[in-house]
Amino acid sequence: MSTMATATKAETLKTGATMRALTMGLQDEVFAIEAESVREILDLVPITEVPNARAFVGGLINVRGRVVPLADLRVMFGMDRPEPGPDTRIIVIEIELAGEPTIAAILADRVDDVADIETASIEEAPKVGMRWRPEYVKGIGKRGDDFIIFPDMGRIFGHEGGGGRASRNEERTGQ
Amino acid sequence: MTTDPADTFRQEARDLLEQLEQALLDLDQNPNGDGLVDTAFRALHTIKGSGAMFGFTEVSEFVHEFETAFDHVRKGRTRISAELVTIALNAKDHIARLIAEPGQNTAAGEPILKSLCAIVDSRVDDAGLPASGSPAADEVKPGQTATTWRVTFGLPGDALVLGTNPVLLLDELRALGPCAVAALTEQIPPIEEIEPEACYLIWDVVLETAAGREAIEDVFIFLKDDMDLSIAPIEGGRSARPSATGDEPRTESQAAPAPKAAVGNAGKPAASEKASSSLRVPAERLDELMDRVGELVIAQARLSQIAAAGDDLNLKSVVEEIERLTSGLRDTTMGIRMVPIGTLFGRFRRLVHDLSDELDKQVEFLTSGEETELDKTVIERLADPLVHIIRNAVDHGLETPERRGSAGKAAKGTVRLAAVHTGAEVAISITDDGAGLDADRIRAKAEEAGLIPADSTLPEQELYQFIFNPGFSTASEVTSVSGRGVGMDVVKRTIEGLRGTIDVSSKPGEGTTVTLRLPLTLAIIEGMLVRVGAGRYSIPLSAVEECVELPASVAARDRGRNFLNIRGNLVPFLRLRELFNTSTSAELHQKVVIVSTGEQQVGLVVDQILGNNQTVIKSLSKLHSDVETFSGATILGDGTVALILDVGHLVRFGHSFEDRLRSEQTGRAA
Repeated sequence: MSTMATATKAETLKTGATMRALTMGLQDEVFAIEAESVREILDLVPITEVPNARAFVGGLINVRGRVVPLADLRVMFGMDRPEPGPDTRIIVIEIELAGEPTIAAILADRVDDVADIETASIEEAPKVGMRWRPEYVKGIGKRGDDFIIFPDMGRIFGHEGGGGRASRNEERTGQ
Repeated sequence: MTTDPADTFRQEARDLLEQLEQALLDLDQNPNGDGLVDTAFRALHTIKGSGAMFGFTEVSEFVHEFETAFDHVRKGRTRISAELVTIALNAKDHIARLIAEPGQNTAAGEPILKSLCAIVDSRVDDAGLPASGSPAADEVKPGQTATTWRVTFGLPGDALVLGTNPVLLLDELRALGPCAVAALTEQIPPIEEIEPEACYLIWDVVLETAAGREAIEDVFIFLKDDMDLSIAPIEGGRSARPSATGDEPRTESQAAPAPKAAVGNAGKPAASEKASSSLRVPAERLDELMDRVGELVIAQARLSQIAAAGDDLNLKSVVEEIERLTSGLRDTTMGIRMVPIGTLFGRFRRLVHDLSDELDKQVEFLTSGEETELDKTVIERLADPLVHIIRNAVDHGLETPERRGSAGKAAKGTVRLAAVHTGAEVAISITDDGAGLDADRIRAKAEEAGLIPADSTLPEQELYQFIFNPGFSTASEVTSVSGRGVGMDVVKRTIEGLRGTIDVSSKPGEGTTVTLRLPLTLAIIEGMLVRVGAGRYSIPLSAVEECVELPASVAARDRGRNFLNIRGNLVPFLRLRELFNTSTSAELHQKVVIVSTGEQQVGLVVDQILGNNQTVIKSLSKLHSDVETFSGATILGDGTVALILDVGHLVRFGHSFEDRLRSEQTGRAA
């Protein structure tokens, strides 16, 4: 993940012919995460709610004796957040926060597969036609007739996550 | 582990320099202190020797000069003075610099040596004074009549392989005075067992010398720890001759048979005996051990839960045994990490010594509670905050001697550093007998900075907390030492980072006390597990005072006022359900956990008290750095995560929460 977080969009996405990515579903959309940054995929485990935390990182889980923050990307993309279902999975990833590698987990409505995606087919996020904040999208890929969204994890976690104080007014758990 | 011998030397030198510094500072206060000069000299000598051995030539050259000058002191020709101690301390600093950055600063040594020589030489002729810092009792003073010593020594088995030359040792002994040498051969094994590289001989030397025991020991300084050495004065002097067949040396060597097994007999100072029973371990290994024990504690809690659910008696008894062992192991492991705080206090003596020179104030520095133990990580992180506080005490707290005189106080100010154990906390207090904090000035300053409204009536206790605000200094003059208003905010941050608190109390004209309260350890605490809504939380047991039921009448009276009457005391309480936005319905009989935060008692209303548990603290990631009400998280027996309440922050959060409610209410009314 660290490379993704630091390199510019175009650079990362255009080097090499294919990239290996884990595709997962968030509501109706398909998201792809660089497979290298994925540590493991877990079935749903008990989630401990952190009162007064931002909804994006409103929970904690136990991953083999470690306390790991659980992030919900759906918050950042303004999606509905129904209760976890039978397909819900937890993806444990390693990201870089303020220069330190950090283990975090993200909630996925379902996990599809690991796929090699042609980097040439990935385009930069268009300026219009998207209700998400463009800085959270690193690029849009295509698979068949569907689009795959490459979230910019570095920005989503680094910007909003590390500097938690900057976004005090954001939605908080239980409110 | 470090394998670089130069690193080993650096580490050793650091310890020795610290010993040297302590001895010098002790000498400053007690110029006739027994053995202090010797301690200093021994440290110098070892640094010189091992410095040369590991190629730190500059160091050994400088130390050699230092040692030569200091020898006058040892021989009693120069009296210890404050001036001498200051120069010696500078020399010590210079050695530290030479070791840290070889090849630089070499020139800086010259003036130090010059002034050292000047002070030593000027007093050389000052004859007839009592031999200050006279060494151990059986030491023979120079100039007195010679004593006869019997020196028996055997070399460590590997000495020859490592390049020790016994001939040189004997030559060195000969240099001390006339001596007769005999080799004892009893230790030589039958020929088939002889290892050609081992040294089996034992030498018995009768030496007549005016130099003391110290000088004889110095000959063996690099071997002393591993060898068999006995040095004893012989009554009746010359008549005793070494006897190759003699019985006497034989009994002596029997008293300490195998050279390797017997360390430290007669000739060894007690200090090194103590050192041989301790072990240097890299700190990371201890951290790793602590992590493992933490995991074990969690796994054990889980096992206990599983066993409790079933009815296998055999399993239950084993689980009980494991529980006992685990908690024993936990205590031992935490014990290993505990370091007496005295290791830290030592550094401050130097600081105060230098400050009193620099600021021209006479300061007496008293410490107590050096034996109080704290987790090593806590101790390491305490050093900087304490430096700031002590500086402040000397610079701002204590008045100048003139002003002290006119206030009717002794010219010499006192700064007291004390550590005490109180429950699961350690309180460290820094007290000065200076002018005290000027509450009016702090108030004025706080108003000026817009921190408080102009007509506020804050209690002094809270007013004093402003000295920890960044950029807040009431010193009218900025000195090089303090007054810039940086530092105290760092102090506060560091202490809070250690989950500690700071109290300040002050009486005008009598002085100021800053008290730091710190948890004993950062790794494992006893916690009280409570339930609020669906969530479970751990409250550090050290903060809990008692638990009571929330009376139905009080529970029903929603909002308005939230206090309880606990045996006549008014105790405010916070409803955690409100603070945590709990949506599930409340328990019929809610409980109140009374916790203390410093002086204040606060009740925390919870749905249920689940019991006590051992809590392995796991810190929260940066993603939760904005959530201040929790100091960390822990993993419960069933594998779920529970948050640990940070009582101090929680109460503050409660304040702001209530403020918000109030302003909403008044807003609506208007």
